[in-house]
Amino acid sequence: MLSRTADSLFWLARYTERAGNVARGLAVASRMAAISARLGDEVAEWRDLLTASGGDAGFYRKYEAPTAESVVHWLVFDPDNSSGILSCFEAARRNARAVRTALTVDMWEALNDSWNHLRNLSPDATEGENLADFLGWVRERVTLFNGAAHDTMLRNEPWRFVHLGTMLERADNTARLLDVKHQLFAPGEEGAVDYVQWQAVLRSVSALRSYQWIYRDRLSARRIAELMILRPELPRSLAACHAEVSDTLEAIAVEQGGRTGECHRIAGLLKAQLRYGRIEDIFAEGLHEYLTGMITRTAELGAAIDAFYIRH
Amino acid sequence: MSLSKPAAFDEMRAEDGVRRAYAEIERWLRATPREMLDRKRHEAELLFRRIGITFAVYGEGGDPERLIPFDIIPRIIPRSEWERLSGGLRQRVRALNAFLADVYGGQKILRAGKIPRALVLENDGYRKEMAGILPPGGVYTHISGIDMVRTGPDQFYVLEDNCRTPSGVSYMLENREAMLRLFPRLCARHRIAPVSRYPEELLETLKAVAPARAGADPTVVLLTPGPYNSAYYEHCFLADEMGVEVVEGADLCVQDQVVYMRTTAGPKRVDVIYRRIDDEFLDPEAFRPDSLVGVPGLMAAYRAGNVALANAPGGGIADDKAIYPYVPEMVRFYLGEEPLLANVPTWLCERADDRKYVLENLDKLVVKLAKGSGGYGMLIGPHASRAQREEFHARILARPADYIAQPTLALSTVPTVVEQGIAPRHVDLRPFVLSGREIRIVPGGLTRVALKDGSLVVNSSQGGGTKDTWVLEDEGPDSGPDQSQSQSQSASLGC
Repeated sequence: MLSRTADSLFWLARYTERAGNVARGLAVASRMAAISARLGDEVAEWRDLLTASGGDAGFYRKYEAPTAESVVHWLVFDPDNSSGILSCFEAARRNARAVRTALTVDMWEALNDSWNHLRNLSPDATEGENLADFLGWVRERVTLFNGAAHDTMLRNEPWRFVHLGTMLERADNTARLLDVKHQLFAPGEEGAVDYVQWQAVLRSVSALRSYQWIYRDRLSARRIAELMILRPELPRSLAACHAEVSDTLEAIAVEQGGRTGECHRIAGLLKAQLRYGRIEDIFAEGLHEYLTGMITRTAELGAAIDAFYIRH
Repeated sequence: MSLSKPAAFDEMRAEDGVRRAYAEIERWLRATPREMLDRKRHEAELLFRRIGITFAVYGEGGDPERLIPFDIIPRIIPRSEWERLSGGLRQRVRALNAFLADVYGGQKILRAGKIPRALVLENDGYRKEMAGILPPGGVYTHISGIDMVRTGPDQFYVLEDNCRTPSGVSYMLENREAMLRLFPRLCARHRIAPVSRYPEELLETLKAVAPARAGADPTVVLLTPGPYNSAYYEHCFLADEMGVEVVEGADLCVQDQVVYMRTTAGPKRVDVIYRRIDDEFLDPEAFRPDSLVGVPGLMAAYRAGNVALANAPGGGIADDKAIYPYVPEMVRFYLGEEPLLANVPTWLCERADDRKYVLENLDKLVVKLAKGSGGYGMLIGPHASRAQREEFHARILARPADYIAQPTLALSTVPTVVEQGIAPRHVDLRPFVLSGREIRIVPGGLTRVALKDGSLVVNSSQGGGTKDTWVLEDEGPDSGPDQSQSQSQSASLGC
């Protein structure tokens, strides 16, 4: 496959996944803000969400302070935010358009219909009660795209690069979400607010029910961290995502007659560490330090994939 | 040919009634309520928007991805008429290829004095870089779009030849798909010559001109300037239909005069490039050094015979508007035949006699830029204001070689759905001629229609639309076949 095609497939999947993740984050933050408003720290929710989205420096160059309106605008509409929902769909579609022939019709239509809807989005689509509907719609569109890719693509290289993009982005997102809230996981008294926040964190990765199914017990900081980092059953856990990344890279290598490089080594190492890691050790190292390290290594892996397959 | 404006010939309605090939269409139009036509029009638009069949217009404001309006009433050409046309097209393209081989080779036609030397050798379309290069099979214009117009039952004219990178064939294919989806019963009541083999025939044509060393399964790619090109959709569509890669300049590299594409598994050798990039931008080392979309070293690889380019560089000399008047002479000179297709009479403003005539008759003529395309920079005398004519008068005097003029033809019309109902609108036809080891033409082509009342400009960039073009296997409708099929489909279609 053309290197440029691989690049576009990888990024269209990453941007699509990112749009869905921003929508998840926004949904949780607005829910939390509604609760925190009574408890007096609404701003913290929006500030945390900005940090998790990784674009807070750009935000503070344009806006005074994180409020519901400013953060929603930044994360949905603002063209200066390359990780905003509209920007992500725009970038995903631009990449899709550049590799139309590598996509199935279902994938193209999922992206193109989303884009045709978004480009005509009225500004009040995110106001008040509309916001939840809009965010739900974004998640549906991302799910539709992922389903279309999963159900219709031939299982050859184009599919593998799409899957790599989705999984790498998802791993990055889960690590960021958890890291922003790492203080919730510090040892100490568990108050009512913590509990609601924990629920919110789980909800953002669609894992509140999953937690109950796996642990059948009340929420605890340690288990939530374990679920989101180490449990292979949770499809958005770091362990699950990095296993997919590594397996996908290995599959590409097999199809190319065993060609491997630095990206295969990093991916394999991450997979093994997550497979055999223990939550006790992670907490002993420090959750924040551990997650920051994961975010860095995920970025290094992305760069290594790029160096090996794209810009060689 | 008369220079006054006669009533246009309508391809459906002759003076003595409806022409036979359109009988079924005429019945269908009478039987179909206006609301149904509007609904089908709307469905067609959704279909095209959904598939993403757009052409890109950047830098004009508004939506950069536009739909070319599609008219749901087909344009019909009976097989007998088509046979005459296609015979003429084959002949013309053979002559154009012979001309290209000659002007980049022995230049016999210049030595014989049939075409002025300077007109060819000093033309911007003439690429000195091509001198002495003989592409495989002597084919230069592998894909030719020959624009035809009609003024009467038997009066067809070639309006212009396109020997560089003619576009529009994806619309020919998608228009047929749209018609089959929107009006399966109407289609089933006609015996329409299929067009869907075009991509396969294009691929065979491209493979046939591969360098000999490439073997039986040469690697073919389509080279596009990228997503901002107005025909980008078509590039992707054709590549997809052929099962070849769409590459941009940056995806290709040349080492030791061999072209490779960059793939995830390393460099892969390329044998044939169907390029949709203009000559000037192909290779910054050979042509424009500022080209960002080209491939450095490509022409050296081409000269070494390591890669085929379709169309060959330098084809612009054959479709130049100042060379056009000489095409009938090429047919006689190279083939020893009388031309089967007529040219539109053309005055070259650089010739003093022609110029005098043109300047005296600006109100009757169409004046075009010799290098122009897309319907830009054109004067349609009878429709122009006095001020516009005066402006062209001055422009022609300032740069006479830049302009040609032709009579204002009463282009034929075909019924078209417009705001006020169904009305005749002027059309042209662009058949696509493939030249590899042999010449192939898919029956029909792209019919473009001027949607504005009275307008003669069919270009999509100027508000033109398209129609599906049906070459009917026999004259008149065939009511026999497909009874069971129409039964099963009737519930959902209602047409």
